[in-house]
Formats: sequence, C-alpha cells, structure tokens
Amino acid sequence: MSNKMHIKMTVNGKEEEFLAEPRELLIYTLRERLNITGPHIGCDTSHCGACTVTLNGKSVKSCTMFVAQANGAEVTTIEGLGTPDDLNPLQAAFKEHHGLQCGFCTPGMITRASKLLEENPNPTEEEIRFGMAGNICRCTGYQNIVKSIQAAAAEMASAKEAAE
Amino acid sequence: MKDEITRDDRVANLKGMGCSRKRVEDARFTQGKGNYVDDIKLDGMLFGDFVRSPYAHARIKNIDISAAMEVPGVLAVLTAKDLEPLGLHWMPTLAGDKQMVLADGKVLFQGQEVAFVVAEDRYAAADGIEAVEVDYEELPVIVDPFEALKSDVVLREDTVQDGKPVDGAHGPRKHHNHIFTWEAGDKEPTEEVIANAEVVAEETMYYHRTHPCPLETCGCVASMDKVNGKLTLWGTFQAPHAIRTVVSLISGIEEHNIRVISPDIGGGFGNKVGAYPGYVCSVVASIVTGKPVKWIEDRMDNLMTTAFARDYWMTGKISATKEGKITGLHCHVTADHGGFDACADPTKFPAGFMNICTGSYDIPTAFLEVDGVYTNKAPGGVSYRCSFRVTEAVYFIERMIEVLAIKLDMDAAELRRINFIKKEQFPYKAALGWEYDSGDYHTAWDKALKTVDYDGLRAEQAQRVEDFKAGKTRSLMGIGLSFFTEIVGAGPVKNCDILGLGMFDSCEIRIHPTGSAIARLGTISQGQGHATTFAQILASEIGLPADSITIEEGDTDTAPYGLGTYGSRSTPVAGAATAMAGRKIRAKAQMIAAYLLEVHDDDVEFDVDRFVVKGAPERFKTMKEIAFAAYNQAIPGIEPGLEAVSYYDPPNMTYPFGAYVCVMDIDVDTGVTDIRRFYALDDCGTRINPMIIEGQVHGGLTEALAVALGQEIAYDDMGNVKTGTLMDFFLPTAWEVPNYETDYTVTPSPHHPIGAKGVGESPHVGGVPCFSNAVQDAFRAFGNTHTNMPHDHWRIWKTANALGLHD
Amino acid sequence: MIPAAFEYYRPTDLAGALSILEEHGDDARVMAGGHSLIPMMKLRMADVPHLIDLQDVEGLGGIEVSGDSIRLGAMVTQSDIINHAALTEAAPILREAALQIADPQVRYMGTVGGNVANGDPGNDMPGLMQCLDASFTLVGPDGSREVDAREFYEAAYMTAREDEEILTAVTIPLPKGGYAYEKQKRKIGDYATAAAAVQLVKDGESCSAASIAMTNLSDTPVYCEAAGAALVGTTLDDAAIKAAVAAMLGGIDPSEDNRGPIAFKTHVAGVILRRAIERAWSRA
Repeated sequence: MSNKMHIKMTVNGKEEEFLAEPRELLIYTLRERLNITGPHIGCDTSHCGACTVTLNGKSVKSCTMFVAQANGAEVTTIEGLGTPDDLNPLQAAFKEHHGLQCGFCTPGMITRASKLLEENPNPTEEEIRFGMAGNICRCTGYQNIVKSIQAAAAEMASAKEAAE
Repeated sequence: MKDEITRDDRVANLKGMGCSRKRVEDARFTQGKGNYVDDIKLDGMLFGDFVRSPYAHARIKNIDISAAMEVPGVLAVLTAKDLEPLGLHWMPTLAGDKQMVLADGKVLFQGQEVAFVVAEDRYAAADGIEAVEVDYEELPVIVDPFEALKSDVVLREDTVQDGKPVDGAHGPRKHHNHIFTWEAGDKEPTEEVIANAEVVAEETMYYHRTHPCPLETCGCVASMDKVNGKLTLWGTFQAPHAIRTVVSLISGIEEHNIRVISPDIGGGFGNKVGAYPGYVCSVVASIVTGKPVKWIEDRMDNLMTTAFARDYWMTGKISATKEGKITGLHCHVTADHGGFDACADPTKFPAGFMNICTGSYDIPTAFLEVDGVYTNKAPGGVSYRCSFRVTEAVYFIERMIEVLAIKLDMDAAELRRINFIKKEQFPYKAALGWEYDSGDYHTAWDKALKTVDYDGLRAEQAQRVEDFKAGKTRSLMGIGLSFFTEIVGAGPVKNCDILGLGMFDSCEIRIHPTGSAIARLGTISQGQGHATTFAQILASEIGLPADSITIEEGDTDTAPYGLGTYGSRSTPVAGAATAMAGRKIRAKAQMIAAYLLEVHDDDVEFDVDRFVVKGAPERFKTMKEIAFAAYNQAIPGIEPGLEAVSYYDPPNMTYPFGAYVCVMDIDVDTGVTDIRRFYALDDCGTRINPMIIEGQVHGGLTEALAVALGQEIAYDDMGNVKTGTLMDFFLPTAWEVPNYETDYTVTPSPHHPIGAKGVGESPHVGGVPCFSNAVQDAFRAFGNTHTNMPHDHWRIWKTANALGLHD
Repeated sequence: MIPAAFEYYRPTDLAGALSILEEHGDDARVMAGGHSLIPMMKLRMADVPHLIDLQDVEGLGGIEVSGDSIRLGAMVTQSDIINHAALTEAAPILREAALQIADPQVRYMGTVGGNVANGDPGNDMPGLMQCLDASFTLVGPDGSREVDAREFYEAAYMTAREDEEILTAVTIPLPKGGYAYEKQKRKIGDYATAAAAVQLVKDGESCSAASIAMTNLSDTPVYCEAAGAALVGTTLDDAAIKAAVAAMLGGIDPSEDNRGPIAFKTHVAGVILRRAIERAWSRA
C-alpha cells in the first residue's frame, strides 16, 4: 500500500526487518508476517489477553499496538519462552496441572504469567488472580491455571535455590 | 526382573480408564504450536469479510460496489444477486428453516451479512467494506416476541402466501411471525390435575439471550482446486461431516470432492455447530477467484451474528399436595429465534430436549408447549454448553421447585428430596416421554448436603437475616441449591437426526505391527481432550498403552462419518463406538492368541494387556505380540491385519446428574455478589479421566456463573446490540471466579458399553440455576419469589429496592 | 477490526510533535499508550489521518516527588505509578486508584497523560486529579500554560486543551491526610459504575479539609466542593456524611447504560462515597 515504513524489531531473539503499513497491528505482524502464530486474537479490543506478548519488558496486548509503535522493540512470544527440550517451568506446569483445555488462551496466559513471576516470584493466590486478570480463559474456570502458576513458581524457586 | 511386574503395574502402564492421564494435546498448545484455522496460510490466499447491516430491519434499495472495486487490493464484492443464479443466496439451517446467506432485498437483524468483500489482504478488505455503499429503507423493528405475534409487520415474506401464513418446517403457523408449535405430554390431564390440586405455584421467567462466545471466533479457509475439482474447507466446525454434507447439498459439488477439516478449535460451546454465511461466501469466493479464501469473524461479528443461545420466556404451573408431593407440571415457552430459526436441534425436536423439564422428580403428569417466533434479532437458538435446551429445562424446573417451596413454606432441599425419582424406579419413564437410564439421586443429595453442613448454613443464614433486620449488617446470605438431570448423547437414530442424518457416531482403529495404533473418530475436540481420553478407553479395551495410541479427528477424508461434538455426545456416542471397535479388535486378537498358543479360542481370556490360557496364566501372548502376529503370520481362516470400525447407534440417551450448592453473600446496597463457597457433586457414570472431568466442571461452572450473574446479549428498542464487545459482554476473569469444590458419585449407564454418561455440559446446566437460586434465596426471607437473570449489580439492587430494603 | 490507513510520526522532541499538530490541525492526534485511541480507530469510530506517537518525545516521562508537590510526566504509566515507592509514600491514593484501572497489560501501556487528556468520562484519573487539585501543563505553539484539573473538563471528550496543544505533565500539590479511591465496577477491565476519590485531613477529632470527586457519573468528572465543605469542621458523624452525600448527589448527572439505570447509579454513588469517606477517615 501507499505509506509503508521500514520496521526493525527483535522477536524471540531474532532480528527482523521489513516494510509495513504503520496501521498493521503487531499481532498480525507476528502471526502473518513472521509466522509466529502462538499469540492469538480473541476480542480485538484489549480485553481478553490472548494476544499477550512481552514487549520491552512489559506484558502488552499486541492487538492494541501498531507495528509502527513497536518499531525498534524487543518482543518475546510464547515461542521464545522455552524449547521442546528445555521447557519453561510454566509450560510444564500448565500441562501437569491441567491449566488449559482448548489451548487458545494458553500462549497469552503463559506469556503473561512469565512476566508476573519475574516481577513477583512468590505470589499469593490473590496476587496471581489479580495479576492474571488481563487474560480471559473460557474453558478452565482458572482454578487450574492458578494451580499451574503456583507450581511453576515453586519449581522456579527450587531451581534457583539449587543453582545458588 | 520380569516377575516383579505385577498386574497392577501392567494396568498402570496402560494409562487406561480411571486414571488422570496428562493430556497429550498440551505439548503443542503450551508451546504455541496449536494449529487453529486462522493459523492456516496458503499460497495466494485472499481474505473475505462482510459489509454488515447497521439496521435491524430494513429494505435494501441499492448496493453500489463501484467505489469498493476501486480500492487497491479488492478483487470482488459478492451480493445476493451474484449468489442467486447459483441458488446460494439462501441456505438451509440445521433446524429445518432457511437463512439468507447475503441480504436478499432486506435485512432482518443488525449485523446481518449484506455483501462479501474479497481482497488480497485483511487491510484491503476492511477498506473495501468501508467503500461499499448500501441504500437502506428502514422498516419497523420488532425485538419482542409477544409483539411479533400480534404485529401486522411481516418479518419473513416467505411465511405468507395470499395473505395467509403458510406451514413451516414443523407444521402450521399461528401467525406470520410464528415459526412452530411443539408439544409434549398430556394437555388435558395435566390441566385437570393442576385445576384440582391442593397447592399450585405459578411463575413466569425469562431466560435471557446470551452467547457461547468461545475465545476463538468462527472462521474458515476455502480452497477450490479447479484442476482436480476438489474443494478443501478448513474451519471451526464442531460437526465437520455434517458441514461436508451441507456444503455438498447446497453447492452441488459431489461429496467425495469435498474435504472438510476441523483443525484445532479454540472452544466451541455450541457456537460452531451451525453453518454460517461466511462459510458459503468463502467457498463461492474461492470458486470465483480460483484462490484460497479466508474468512475470520471479529469479536463483534461473533457476538452480533453467529449463534445466540436461550431467549426463552417460560411460564410454569406446578401442583402439589399440602405435604409437598408434586402432582403435575405445566410449561409454556415462547422461544425467540431472531430472524431465522438457526438452532441445531435434532429434526423432531424443534425445542430441543426442553421436554426433560420434569427434571429429577417423579412428576406423574406434565405438559409442555413451545411456540417459536421470529423477531429482528440475530438468528440461532443454539445449545450453549448444553444438550439442546436442557439448560433452559433445568433452569425452569429448578426455579419452579424453589417457587413451590416458597408457596408451601417448605425447605427447598427437603422438597426436592421427597420428590426425587427413587433409585429403584430406574429405568424411569418420565411424563414427557424420556426414559431415564439410571440414577441414585438421594445418595448424591444427602452427600452434598452433609458435606456443606446444610443445616449449619441455614442457621447462619437465619442469624444473618436477624442481624440485617437489626441493622447490624447490610449483607445477606443466599444458599443456592440445584439438583439436575441432564439428557445427553444424542442420539438414537430412531428419533434423532439432523437434516436427515442419524445421530450415531463412529470410530475406526488400526493396530500397527509393532503394537501401537491410530484411531479416528467422527467427533472433534474443542478443548475436551479427546486425544487423551479416547486413547484411555481404547487402552483399557485393547490392552495397548494409551501412550501408543494416536487419536485423530476432524478430517472428513480420513475419519469415519460422525455427527460431531456438541450436546455432551462425544463420550456417550463416539466413546461407545470406540469401546465397541476396541472389542472387535479384541475378538480378532483372541483368535490370533489362541492360534499362537495352540489352544481353542474359548480357552484364552483377556487380562489387562494380554490373552492368557485359562487356568495357566504363565502361558500368554501380549497384545503387542498379537499385533505383530497379525501382520507376519499366515493364520488359517483369519485375514491379515488388525483393524476395526464401529458405527454406534445408542439405544438411549444417557442421564448424568448432580447436586450443587452455592453460598453467596450479597451487598444489598450495591448489588455486588461474593461467592463464598461452591460445591459440585457430579455423577457422570464411569469416570474415564478424573482430572479432565474436574477441569470440565470448573469450566462449566464458570460459564454458568457468567450467564447467571451478568452475561447477556441485550438489544435496545431499535434492535441495536448493546453488548457487542467484551467490555459489556461479561466473561469473568480469574479475579471474579471462586475456587470450586468438586465431588462425585458413580452410577454407570446400564446401556453404555463402558457405563459412561458425559460430563462437559453438566456444570453449566446445573450451575446456572444454582447461582440464580442463591441470589433469589438471599431475598426469600423478605418476600422475593422470582426475579429474572442476569443477576448483575443493578438488577440485584432493583430486587432489594423493590422489597423495600433501602431506606 | 482494521483501522483506516494513516501517516505515522514518532517525533523525538516536543517542538517536532507540535509542528506536526499545527500542520495537520484536526486531522492529527497525539497518542500516548494508545489503549483508548487504538480500539476506537479499529472500530473506525475515530478517524486519525495523522498519528503522532509520543513515546520518543523527550521530557514527557518521569515521576518527581518534592517537598510540596508531585510532578508526573504525561507518559508515566499506571504501572509506573503502582511501582514507585516514593510516590506511593507521598500520595498513596494514586496507587490505590491506578490498581483499579483496567488490567495489568493495559496498565503497562496506559498513561496518566492519556487518561486525563482524553476526556473520557469513564477514565479514573480525571476525577482523581480533581480531588487532588492537580494542574495540567499544556504546551502549544505559543508556549506553555497551566490549567487546573477542576477547570479542564467541559463535556465528554471536550476539554480545555486546544487542538494544537499537548498535555505534557500533571502537577499535584502534596496531598495530606487520609485517602480512599473507591470504585464499583462489573468486572476487571470495566469502567466504574460509580467511583469516588476522597482526601481528608483530620485535626484532632474533626475534619479540617476535605476534597471529593466522582467518576463516570456525568459527562465529565465531578468535583464536589460542597460535599467536601459539608465534612469540614465536623467529626464525620452520620449527619455530616449524609450532608456530603446529598451535596454530591446534587452535582452528578448519571445516564443509563449497561451498568444500570439512573436510580441505581445515584444510589450506588452515595454508597460508594460514604465508604470512601469512612475509609479515608480511618486512614487520616
């Protein structure tokens, strides 16, 4: 289209450069341009959190950010949190504690939870529920999501202790 | 070492039925490697999206697409005129009605599809939509079904001929805006019983319109390969085979040339059963352009157009003796279907299984009458986490019980207890026609009441009322009770079909030489974990580890025909097919084992993961060995290979049940509710995977909470949707949701091969009345009988206000 | 939901931003966190041919707490407010209110400047700033001016800010005494059904100063001078609180929406204010 911009960003540790219309929403940049399809679109109006990524150290809803705003940013998605051989403790805990059903909210949920635990490694249940309130799940009723995050926090704490 | 492996170890190794096997689906979902329809990207793929009507009722005078065609990237704009020569401007609904694909001269609801813009990318499509100019002439809007039945305004011109209403799919129309009347039970005897009863309680209740709202909206990708004449359609389909048949019937493409694929589905809850204009337009656009075409709803489209649920006005009369023994039940429903009747109920049941509305009670006489009505609202009437209106039915009876308890000045728990169908009455033939397979209601109820200390709760509540009256608190306490009986597993082909397709389901199993397997089913998981649980059924049936069994669903080219996943039918129907196919495998394996062990077929017996010679357990062949033998031995009289297929036509529905209790505090001044405790006892028969059952219960209760406490699709008088985004359409977050206590009893289904009944929808069906009853119970001491849902802050406040609880 | 195309600018200084605003007039909008504007653009309810992203503009960030006042740069986020210890010590009501805005993700992006400048009656910061007697710094082509929060709001989305001005900072006199931000909402992420910001000073047993403002109960935030005055000089007995509530009710003008009818909102406004006063008093 007419007014394409030169965009540079780092996504999951990889430098990306491309031309894009400024109105392109970051979620579509990730999903359609970069084929990073973990983050999803659930509501389009920044209420559901399915599109959550970490951008410059903040949990953000990528459906409510233009690619132009993210120019120069560092972005981490669910794909950047762990690998099949080295899962993030949250990824393992969600499976272990049945913290997901249809899986559609899960990438945003885990990405948000990773930031929450970074900021608050030992959250109470109330802090988890409050800190995860930007992510909607239609399947689980949240009880097992809370459990999964608590388990991951414990796992991360004991891993840290072991390393020290 | 080998001797140390006990039989229990062998059972555990299978990860079969009864264990909380971790889900095999989760590896991909937790790593962002799910494959949902919007993840599909094909070479040259185009994007289609709709011009939608801003009006709820209007004539379309003209559609000018010229400016849109000038928008760079826009390739085509389809209107009804383009579809008409193909006969595709209307399509059949699954309810026997028909629905406009694109507005044919008029629109009947806000958001209705008017034109389909096809473009190179989403951005061009969106710009093209803005550029289409539609000239509307507004018509009178009717959003109230009772008004619709009185109005001279004809909503659907196809309902009238020579000035008179013409018959609909389910019989004569009473009025041009009337769709059907459906009756069950005995009218006159019921009326007589009620007329002569010692006590009669009456109530009218509105079960408001809401929406399943899965987190993933509906969408599809259609790809017509003109070289091979093959159409591939990926989409959010809860019933892929039914969609294939529908597409074939309406497009004329032979069914073998259509391949429908349901990839991962981000929740369904009934939203993804029906056929939508987006599917048809994508197919047509792909045929027209020769390129793949993707259509994905946004959330507003989803809430405004595809698949609303409920919208039932229910009037009940329930009669009893002075002691509280129920003698009769009368129910009339006015069902608002919007512009088109687009529910997905079995053909003979235009009001679904509303005739389960006698609930868990031994009610000797009953009558039900349902009138379907057109209005200027979105089409549908789907089953939102519900088996065809059973949610409405259970809400109705569980409210009527409460209303009767008030009339009798009786405890509502006790009233239930004295009217429950007794254990020894099963199989129980209900007054409205169903035969309940099994149940033990008293045991479940007593366990529930004991666990929550029901008497203690009532004492606490009484104290709270006193404190409130004394001015010591502004908070009231509600104790919500519900005891539900579900009816799931549609269903027996003799009385259940959709578009003439019998509602059986299927499973096909292939055992590989090395003792692993693949099984394919006619169902499709949307989060229920089929790949995990169906493998568990098979593991127990055929003695191979669940971890060695792949479950595949959703591809009509490979899966056997089935009617899909909704109405909690997967376990009752496809689960049964799976067990039966497994038993065919086992029967052949028995012959192979006998041959290998050089004994007669009858001299070997199945034991966990092997066939053993009767009386000589040290002589055995494992299923793994048998599988290999099936492929490398020439066994006289037995074909090579080890495969089976089963199409299972259930002899009856299954009838899960449960007992729920909710304890809620209500701030009388603000209407804010606080759920202090929620106890859910479910009996879904044989339990395949307790972890998954518990997860289903948590999720279903949360959807019930949402519906009871605030979730609605609301319209203003002009037919504008007032709740089109997630700001206003209530989906609770982790902050609004309590922890739930789950419990169970096990009463297997006598007719199901493994005794399982299904559970996914129970917590929703039983949960809604439980939450609602808690709210209403809090105000019982002050004279409240019934108030309509959703019980959001202002409506609760209004109840309190009307009862004079504010100064 | 796809917005219409626009030209995007990311100036690095205020002069640059102002010159783009001046050039395009009505066709240009500045954007901070974007969480009000972007959804409106996606719904095509806001048409913004020229979008000026303020994220790189120097001098718009920063939280400064001094002996007598607090300065919040326009680009300070709700999350910054929540996590700033010195700010929380100086004006804890800011954190209490910020925690009740939207959800964690939105709070990382949502800014003070955007929240107060947008003029959306549903936003929480405008009422809060009126309660705290904050002033807003507006910079335009002719230089800078200060406008009191209590004078800033004219109608829904209409403020004292001229089209070519940018709101750069919020200055708050150091609040004294007890505080409360009380908000009733339907769920996380919702605007207030009713919200009250209250700041009270206790002198011995009586109240020596009181400031009250309400949110989402009119097409602007409502600073209730008379409600505050009704408390001053009293011991906050029931009669005083009733008088304050009555004074507040005279100032609001709620409208019916999905959160409820006017009678309900009016009643809840009174309840919420009473609770806020009682909580603030308990902290004074």
